[in-house]
Amino acid sequence: MLKVTEVEVAEDLLKVENLAVSFRKYQTHLQEGFEQVLTGADIAVKEGEIVAVVGASGSGKSILASAILGILPDHAVVSGRIDFKGQALTAKQQKIWRGKEIAWIPQSIQALDPLMKTGRQAQAVIKSGDKRTRQQRVFRKLGLSDEAGYCYPFQLSGGMARKALVSTAILSEAKLIIADEPTSGMDSETLHEFLYMLKNLAQEGRGVLVITHDLEAALAIADRVAVFYGGQTLEIANASDFAAQGELLRHPYTKALWNALPQNDFMLYSITESQRASKEGGCVFQENCPAANPLCTNKQPRLKQLKDGMVRCFHA
Amino acid sequence: MLEASGISYRHQKDWLFRQINLEVQPGEIVGLYGRNGAGKSTLARLLAGYLRPAEGHILVDGQAAPEKGYHPVQLIWQHPEKAVNPKMKMKKILAEGNPENHSMQQMLGIQEAWLDRWPSELSGGELQRFSLARALGPQTKYIIADEITTMFDAITQAQIWHRLLEISRERQIGILAISHSQPLLERISSRLVHFHDLTDRPSRSLRYFN
Repeated sequence: MLKVTEVEVAEDLLKVENLAVSFRKYQTHLQEGFEQVLTGADIAVKEGEIVAVVGASGSGKSILASAILGILPDHAVVSGRIDFKGQALTAKQQKIWRGKEIAWIPQSIQALDPLMKTGRQAQAVIKSGDKRTRQQRVFRKLGLSDEAGYCYPFQLSGGMARKALVSTAILSEAKLIIADEPTSGMDSETLHEFLYMLKNLAQEGRGVLVITHDLEAALAIADRVAVFYGGQTLEIANASDFAAQGELLRHPYTKALWNALPQNDFMLYSITESQRASKEGGCVFQENCPAANPLCTNKQPRLKQLKDGMVRCFHA
Repeated sequence: MLEASGISYRHQKDWLFRQINLEVQPGEIVGLYGRNGAGKSTLARLLAGYLRPAEGHILVDGQAAPEKGYHPVQLIWQHPEKAVNPKMKMKKILAEGNPENHSMQQMLGIQEAWLDRWPSELSGGELQRFSLARALGPQTKYIIADEITTMFDAITQAQIWHRLLEISRERQIGILAISHSQPLLERISSRLVHFHDLTDRPSRSLRYFN
């Protein structure tokens, strides 16, 4: 008799493949040109999983979030593939699912309505039940008192306003939560409470995509980390690969990020923070790479599978 | 020595904090941490002369800071893009605080080509180097660094701090480093202080939120 063993594979909730984004702009004499900001972004988030996108400012990680949410400006040109729940995520679907199936925790607390009390703003995303009780329960879990819900955003400190912002995503019933730099400006106690809340969200079966420059915070919660540089995914590693001197890491940039942390060696590298998206052909990291050779100048490496992760490097 | 003795601050009626005492020696790096909303950034502004304390006084090397002209305590902000005039080129922004000083620019890793750019054409980490260069004029004795690398990746953070520490050693500049990152403060500071330990009385406004 034929036996079918069921292998339980958690399905990809979100899958981004070879995503490229450029902005159309006019140069001198009204000549049309393109500025490439993302040239090869790859990422996958499963249900119940937390994935962090880590990179310096200008690496294109926030553009990735905007592309998934479908909130890029009109002059953006997008290619590549984004799948959500196994279907292509079209502009039409994005509009339907945004805020319902896909929730966003924005980077800036200016996203709060300055003329509305924070508690009311959080209640606005709740569909049913006793809105105030649910809102206050989540506020308390985040360390905000009931009084804070009756304050206007300007009456709260930056960290407290941020928590109010986070509460809206927690209160929504979205399957995928995208948090853009959610932890900057939080004290360590608040940070741990917040990371714990994100973990809870994942345990409820939601997928969480955290976009951050803070590798330490990313490693505290994420199952996997995608490292961005110059508009590309250079590596996708397991959080557990970040250990000791980074021997398990696959790309020199990831190793540098790890060794530059103050709790590691606080190493000084002469790596430039921003790099224009790749020149035709070569590797985006070549100018900063100790191992760069003519191959790296002439040809762009592809993202390849390596040891339970991915890397974009010829030498790995 | 930068010395704050018994300083208090309030918004309207509620005291944010009372009776704070803090000392920073020349060349010393003091790491300050504490809860959100405790008043760390307000303290930073008081020390750098942006605000006046309601009680107590602040002395710089034994004297009150001058009311006009160059302030010997310079504050560096968390968001460099908000601390520069977007309509000035970088060269002009530098000149606001500091006469041209090539060795300093080199030390901070500022490239010659950046001087002719607009602020919008530089990354956050690059802009923060300019904020540092602008604040480190010859008359600067103390630097208040309020979360100056919080917005940056680990590589940029290490680059900025390595350079700032080198300049502090060379010129005996005292630094008050405010951050939520314990590992960073432990790495850079000669002394760590919790905001709560600066004052003996807990502030009233905290009642709501703790």
